[in-house]
Amino acid sequence: MTNAVLAEPATEDPRIAREHHPRAIRWMHWINFPILMVMIWSGLRIYWANDVYALTIAGRTIFPFFPESVYEPLNLNSKLAKGLAFHFTFGWFFTLNGIAYVLYLATSGQWRHLVPDRFALKESTAVVLHDLHLRGEAPAQGRYNAAQRLSYSIIVVLGGVVVATGLAMFKPAQLHLLTSLFGGYETARAIHFGTTLAFMAFFGVHVAQVIKSGWSNFASMVTGYKVTGHKVTGHKVTEHKVTEHKVTASEERG
Amino acid sequence: MTDPSSHERAERFAEQIEAGPTRSIEEHRRASRRSFMTGGVATVAAIAGFRHLQNRPQIDNAPDLLRKGYEFNEGVWRRLSTATHSPTFDASERGELRVNGRIGVRDEIDLDAWTLTVLGPDGEQLDELRIDDVRALGEHTIVWEHKCIEGWSQIVGWTGAKFADFAARYDVDHEYVALATPDRRYYVGLDKAAALHDQTLLAWALNDEPLTQLHGAPLRLATPVKYGIKQLKRIGTIAFTNEPPPDYWAERGYSYYSGL
Repeated sequence: MTNAVLAEPATEDPRIAREHHPRAIRWMHWINFPILMVMIWSGLRIYWANDVYALTIAGRTIFPFFPESVYEPLNLNSKLAKGLAFHFTFGWFFTLNGIAYVLYLATSGQWRHLVPDRFALKESTAVVLHDLHLRGEAPAQGRYNAAQRLSYSIIVVLGGVVVATGLAMFKPAQLHLLTSLFGGYETARAIHFGTTLAFMAFFGVHVAQVIKSGWSNFASMVTGYKVTGHKVTGHKVTEHKVTEHKVTASEERG
Repeated sequence: MTDPSSHERAERFAEQIEAGPTRSIEEHRRASRRSFMTGGVATVAAIAGFRHLQNRPQIDNAPDLLRKGYEFNEGVWRRLSTATHSPTFDASERGELRVNGRIGVRDEIDLDAWTLTVLGPDGEQLDELRIDDVRALGEHTIVWEHKCIEGWSQIVGWTGAKFADFAARYDVDHEYVALATPDRRYYVGLDKAAALHDQTLLAWALNDEPLTQLHGAPLRLATPVKYGIKQLKRIGTIAFTNEPPPDYWAERGYSYYSGL
C-alpha cells in the first residue's frame, strides 16, 4: 500500500473536476441574462408611459413604481416607442430560449437536479436558516439545495407566466381567451408587472448568493466543472473538500 | 436526521452528482481557460452588438433591425385570424374616455360644413359624403375595451356604421385604407383586414352621446383590433390604396401594424 502511493509521481494532483453544469444549461443561462435585462429595461420604458402601480398600505403610498430617481438615471423617460420596439423583438428570443431550456431539462434528465421533491418545501426553510447562520447544519443536497430547487423551478414557471401575460396584453383581441384566463387586460398587466418585480427580486438574491458562494461556484457556470477531491470515487462517498489528501489504495480500487 | 428516508436521499443525491462526467485537473485547467475566453468574447460581442443595434440606420425613427422585428411580428399575427370578435361588455361597465391626443382636432370646426371625401387607389375622388349619408349605412352600438399603446384601457361604447358596409359601396380593390383629418395633421394607414373587421366602426357617438370635437366629431374610426393611435378622430378623407399609406405614429418609431 505504501509502495503504491510512493510510486506515484510526487507532482500529480490528486484532485479531479466533475461536471456541475452541462454545456447547454450554461449557454442558455448566459444567453438569458442579457435578454432578461433588455426585457426588463425596455419593459420599464413602456411602463413609464402609464405608471399606475404603487405599494400602498391602508390607502397610503409607501413606494410608487417608480419615482423619478429611478427613471432618470436609467434613461427610461419618454422612450415608449423604443421600449416597444425592443420588447416585441427580444420577447421572441426570451420565449425561445425559455422553451429550449424547458425542453432540454425534460429530455436530458437534468430536471432531476432541479425539480423540488416532497421534502423541498420543509427543507427550504432549513436552508434559509442555515444561510442566515441561524441553524448549524444544512440539509443533505444534490447539485442544488432545496431552496435553490424551489426558486429555480418557480422562476421557470414565472417565465411562463410573464410570457403568457405578455401575450395576453399584446394580442387581447386575437388571444382574448388567454386574456380572459388572466382575468382581463388590466389584471394581465398587473400580473405581468408583479412577475417582473419577482424577476428583479430573484436576480438580486441570486447575484448576492453567487457572490457569497465564491469563485469556484461562479466559475462552474462558465467552465461547467467543479474541482473535487476524489480522483476515483467509491460507492456512497459523499462530496467533501480535500486539500492535502493522499489517495489511498483502497480508494483507488473502490 | 429523524427522517428515515434522509440517509437514502443523501445517497441518491451523491449518486446523482457522481453520475456526471469527470476530467483531469490538467484538462480542466485547459478547458477552463477556453471557457473563460469564450465567455469574454461572447460578452464583448453582446455589448458591441447591443450598441450596434441602437446605432443602426433608422427607418421612421426605429433602428432598421427593430423595424424588422415589428414586421416579423406583423407577419406572425396577421397569419392568425383577425376575424375573431373582440370581447364585448355590458353598457353598465362603460366609463369616461380620456382625451389623450389633440393632433388634428385642436381647433374647433363647423360640423355642419363637414364633408367626408372618399378617394380611390389613383387618388381619384369616388365620393363626397355628409354625415347623414354615413348614418344611412346603418347603426351599430358595440361596447368594448379601448386600449391605448401607453398601457391604459377603458371600457367604452361606440355607435356608428360598420366600415365594411361603407367600403362595400365602392367596388375598388385595395390592400390598405388611408385616413386623415381635414387639416391632414394626423393621418393613419390601416390594413384591409382591420378596416373590414366586423367590429370596426365609423363612429359618431361615444357612450350614447354625440362625439365631442376632442373625441373626433363628427365622425371617427373606432376598432377593437388596433390601439387608439390608429383610431383617427375627425375623419376628413378616406382613401382606398394598394400601398401602405403614411402613418403618423409609425413615422415616430411605433409599429405600423399596431394590431391587437
